[in-house]
Amino acid sequence: MTTLTLSRALNEGLRKALEANDKALIMGEDVGKLGGVFRVTDGLQKDFGEARVIDTPLAESGIIGTAIGLALRGYRPICEIQFDGFIFPAFDQIVSQLAKMRYRSRGSVALPIVVRVPFGGGIGAVEHHSESPEALFAHTPGLRVVACGDPADAYTMIQQAASSDDPVLFFEPKRRYWDKAEVDTEGGLAAALPMDKARVLADGTDVTVLCYGPMVRTCVEAAVAAAGDGRSVEVIDLRSLAPLDTETIFASVRKTGRCIVVHEAVVTGGLGAEIAAQVSQECFYSLEAPVLRVGAYTTPYPPSRLEEYYLPDLDRILDAVDRSFGY
Amino acid sequence: MAVKDAGRAARPGKRATDDGPPAREPDGRADSPELIQLLTPEGERVEHPDYPLEISAEEVKALYRDLVIVRRIDFEAIALQRQGELGIWASLLGQEAAQIGSGRALTPRDMAFPTYREHGVAWCRGLDPVKLLELYRGVSHGGWDPTAHNFHLYTIVIGSQTLHATGYAMGIQRDGAVGGDDGEAAIAYFGDGATSQGDVNEAFIWASVNNAPIVFFCQNNQWAISEPLERQTRTPLYQRAKGFGFPGVRVDGNDVLACLAVTRKAMQAAREGQGPTLIEAFTYRMGAHTTTDDPTRYRLSAELEAWKLKDPIERVKQYLIRTEQAEMSFFDEIEAEAAAVGSRVRVACQRMPDPEPVSMFEHVLTAETAQLAAERTGFAAYLDSFEAEEATR
Repeated sequence: MTTLTLSRALNEGLRKALEANDKALIMGEDVGKLGGVFRVTDGLQKDFGEARVIDTPLAESGIIGTAIGLALRGYRPICEIQFDGFIFPAFDQIVSQLAKMRYRSRGSVALPIVVRVPFGGGIGAVEHHSESPEALFAHTPGLRVVACGDPADAYTMIQQAASSDDPVLFFEPKRRYWDKAEVDTEGGLAAALPMDKARVLADGTDVTVLCYGPMVRTCVEAAVAAAGDGRSVEVIDLRSLAPLDTETIFASVRKTGRCIVVHEAVVTGGLGAEIAAQVSQECFYSLEAPVLRVGAYTTPYPPSRLEEYYLPDLDRILDAVDRSFGY
Repeated sequence: MAVKDAGRAARPGKRATDDGPPAREPDGRADSPELIQLLTPEGERVEHPDYPLEISAEEVKALYRDLVIVRRIDFEAIALQRQGELGIWASLLGQEAAQIGSGRALTPRDMAFPTYREHGVAWCRGLDPVKLLELYRGVSHGGWDPTAHNFHLYTIVIGSQTLHATGYAMGIQRDGAVGGDDGEAAIAYFGDGATSQGDVNEAFIWASVNNAPIVFFCQNNQWAISEPLERQTRTPLYQRAKGFGFPGVRVDGNDVLACLAVTRKAMQAAREGQGPTLIEAFTYRMGAHTTTDDPTRYRLSAELEAWKLKDPIERVKQYLIRTEQAEMSFFDEIEAEAAAVGSRVRVACQRMPDPEPVSMFEHVLTAETAQLAAERTGFAAYLDSFEAEEATR
């Protein structure tokens, strides 16, 4: 076991991925000499060379488009989109090409491409640097969408994503990059929880709280606080947003009878809405209260001096727990 | 380079002002001095110092055969659309020479990335034309294996494939397959409209800074649906390459020999590690954009009539007759063969079954997700419920 920040854990995982397969490549803006603006790729170009860790021109559509071409040639690109809000120039290549190539080719073409996206707010950034666009990709058939919430998952999930033959949108909670935790870098991936499975982080009996990415730590803290009020909160880190591990979700909600979905993204049309619909349909007779959502308001991301009001926090989660018990 | 006066002002003659419409066809005359031509519209063989072409009578006849057959396939496809057998068709009429000339310049190891109109290139790569009809009939999105003929799937979003081709070329570099006698290269096909797309310009940048082994083959057919070339550019398209740092050439796109020679040279340069080339094949879309389009709404028939005089097939025929390299019986044989190919394609299209409804759930991801399995099962049960209802009536 080693104590690593989430950023460093990703770095170690990427190193393992590059070692495991010599077709694996890293490409993006500033990923080489600089090591990425969050240092996630620090030192990798030095050790694996410029042909495998590629500083690209500054054009996101080009990053994904050329990654597709490299994959068609047998490579396995791991792309970095520098910030969530910069993914949109690449949106067409992701949605119209990356997601659909397997389907279009009736299975003859695989595109094993990872698109790493630092996402979410809470770092006092300027506009376009704090967004949570994951639902747009979860809505797109043909993509796997995952989010890591802690250093241990970051380390294993990035390797699992790199070894997947499907395109993976890999969301990294940027405000948690410097969170530290114990990471087992010696054990292999065999014992690791598969990338498309949710993880129960805290057992509880009264209410299920579903979360991912940056909200994982917040929800665990909320569960501890709720326990002080005598409420037993089950916290589940979804990890995979497409596909959803509905088996784990439904089992928990059938047990607790209450469900709250927490994410930084805007609630309207978000993952919470999808989960609420599915839980309502599959767990209808177990529910003691409607599924509640805690997320951002339906506005563009506000100036950073307001983000503490905009983003879900411990108090808003506890408030939702209270409301859930009010039915 | 054959670009004799690339340094002169891009727009000779009347210069458009910001508040007025640009003049028609900026430097786009087919007889402009920079146009590379080896066979005139009258079928006269001319030499170009930069593109010497040694070609036997048999090779020219083979090109003629290709041209006639792909035009026939196109003709059949248009008819099939009119008969309701195809949902839509994008005709290549008029662009046969650009596609056959460039397509025959490729080696089997080169990789071609088409748009949705490259039926002639598909023919050169050995793809069964019936696969193209599958797409336009609506029974598949293409569905062929790109590695089978080193011919990528048709790409419908304009310009997207230029980035794929560039990335593929970067892969060729990483495989060490550049330089030497067995080098490989990629070729990206696109049209004049696509040159306005960001992806195409990003592909130019990527290819340039990586010195990637790729040829950008732009078929400038003068029209992007209803929009003429001057809505896309104020400079000749081939001259754009200069700004990106690699050579650009304009070739007579209705001259199969010139397209062959120019593409061969550019592909060889790419394979040898000399980086990208932009080829602007100056041609004309003689038909509609697709079978849903009505060109009489936006262009004059006189323009079409003028281009008919530059027909890509007729000039090869005239050349073969003029030089007595082919008997008249040769042309009859080719016509008969083309008719047979057309007939085979037509019958195959008419007999093409619709896919099984449940097949729409296949190939979304490598493994079917639980959610998709549930949707598929539910859909199948729903379909079966109608059959059960029928049975009880």
